[in-house]
Amino acid sequence: MITSETYSKSQISSDPFENDSEKYKMIAENVTISYGGVPAVKDVSMKFKEKSVTALIGPSGCGKTTFLRCLNRMHDMTKNAKVEGKVMIDGIDLYSKEIDPIYHRRKVGMVFQKPNPFPTMSIFDNVTAGLRLNGVRDKRILNEIVEDTLKMAYLWDEVKNDLKKPAVELSGGQQQRLCIARALAIQPEVLLMDEPASALDPIATQKIEETINELKKEFTIIIVTHNMQQAVRVSDYTGFMYLGDLIEFRKTKKLFTDPKNDLTAKYVQGQFG
Amino acid sequence: MNNIEKRQEYRALFKQNVQKRLIVDKIVRIIIISCVIAAIIPLGSILLEVFKNGIAAISMEFITQVPGSVGSGTGGVGPAIQGTLIVVGLASLMGVPIGVLSGIFLSEFGDNRLARSVRFFNDVFMEFPSIVLGIFAFLVIVLVLGHFSVWAGAFALALIMFPIIARTTEESLKMVPVTYREAGMALGLRKWVVTMRIVIAAAKEGMVTGIMLSVARIGGETAPLIMTILGSSLFFANMNTPMDALPLRIWRLSMLPYESAQLQGWGAALVLIFIILGINLGLRTLVLHKKETMEILKTLKEKIGGRK
Repeated sequence: MITSETYSKSQISSDPFENDSEKYKMIAENVTISYGGVPAVKDVSMKFKEKSVTALIGPSGCGKTTFLRCLNRMHDMTKNAKVEGKVMIDGIDLYSKEIDPIYHRRKVGMVFQKPNPFPTMSIFDNVTAGLRLNGVRDKRILNEIVEDTLKMAYLWDEVKNDLKKPAVELSGGQQQRLCIARALAIQPEVLLMDEPASALDPIATQKIEETINELKKEFTIIIVTHNMQQAVRVSDYTGFMYLGDLIEFRKTKKLFTDPKNDLTAKYVQGQFG
Repeated sequence: MNNIEKRQEYRALFKQNVQKRLIVDKIVRIIIISCVIAAIIPLGSILLEVFKNGIAAISMEFITQVPGSVGSGTGGVGPAIQGTLIVVGLASLMGVPIGVLSGIFLSEFGDNRLARSVRFFNDVFMEFPSIVLGIFAFLVIVLVLGHFSVWAGAFALALIMFPIIARTTEESLKMVPVTYREAGMALGLRKWVVTMRIVIAAAKEGMVTGIMLSVARIGGETAPLIMTILGSSLFFANMNTPMDALPLRIWRLSMLPYESAQLQGWGAALVLIFIILGINLGLRTLVLHKKETMEILKTLKEKIGGRK
């Protein structure tokens, strides 16, 4: 067992963007998140380049999901959760007092670990929920978006004839792809994915990964995954987290082939986790 | 090796009392079934008794006419039926929105001191004897106005109604998994939109049950109505005169020493049960099977239109 004492913070290197002037979509600065005073994420700073895929990897309980959720202010709903530090999106601090998180959540789509389609709605209504409930009524636009996003999520062929069917009648994997379509329907600029493929079979996983590669052209994607092969396949940058610390954050290829940190090396070689 | 032996031992432990567990399972099952039967017997026998005694009294005259002269066995409970519908309807108009909104507040915004005290007083309120609420309505409305009033009756019933609805609404909303709320928030929806369009949609069934419980409860309330609408033998005239209601009529008829009057009392009780049942089924179909109901209405319309 590797405890927090066995590595020192000085080892941590966390900037894959040495002396470049890239355009960043999101920047997290010194983010600390604690639940009831116990920190789950400690002083994490990361930058997310526009139109890139960033993967967050690390063993269970390392704070990946907690960190991902703060990028969308999802902790607002959690009792006892406290977020410190700055999260910038397009140069605006998401946590500053004057900011209404609603507008930023519309820029940031999120796909959760467990599929969570709205139980009372049909497939069509689920995909369009974010639009309809925000006041979009135009049938033609809604129809277009449903077809477009369901195709992006590789679900269209399976459901195009039963769009009126209740969403809960779909299989788990189909439900997850529906949730991806639902997140895409609000036309976000950033897509947060919390282990989106953990409930999918290998073929559906492959489809999702193809989707991610396709979406990368338009979206900034941040994905939490347990599956290191997946991180290698889909991401441009990878951050390795351990016990709430960001241990190493570099270009994916470099992190996996030439890790600077012992802990990262051990993790990517499968020696613990 | 040691581990394997241990495991064998554990397995043996599980195997040795299979017989005993099966017997316990059977006993528990028998207890549960007998409890259900014990609960159904009084309910069933009340319904049966009311039906048996009341059905003879029911006729067109009985449900449409004013009461005849005492003991004659003529006339009906028309004013009482009308009065019950009016007073329960008015009470629901006041009690349902307040109850539902308080329930939403308690469940969705209820993580503060205000909500905790509201919840506490709500629970206390629910346990209040209904006659106390009747006296309260009597004091603040009837005495102030100087006459019996339909408003006072509806107000007293609404007071009985809303804590029940608030509590059941809160409980059914709390049953909705937080993941649906998260999904809604992540779509950039405002909290009230998430609450009204997603959470409530998922909790509809429990909320309707709560509302129906409260309607059934106030439909049978007698004491608060004595203090507020008094009772009458005439049809509804205006809001400021006494009015009849089925529980009041049942109570009066059953106190009379004439067999014909008591028979009418049974009849009135049966009518009340049918009204509550009707409201229950009606509301359920309307809210929970909205689409199906609309389709049935549509086809009916088409058929009628086609005949013309």
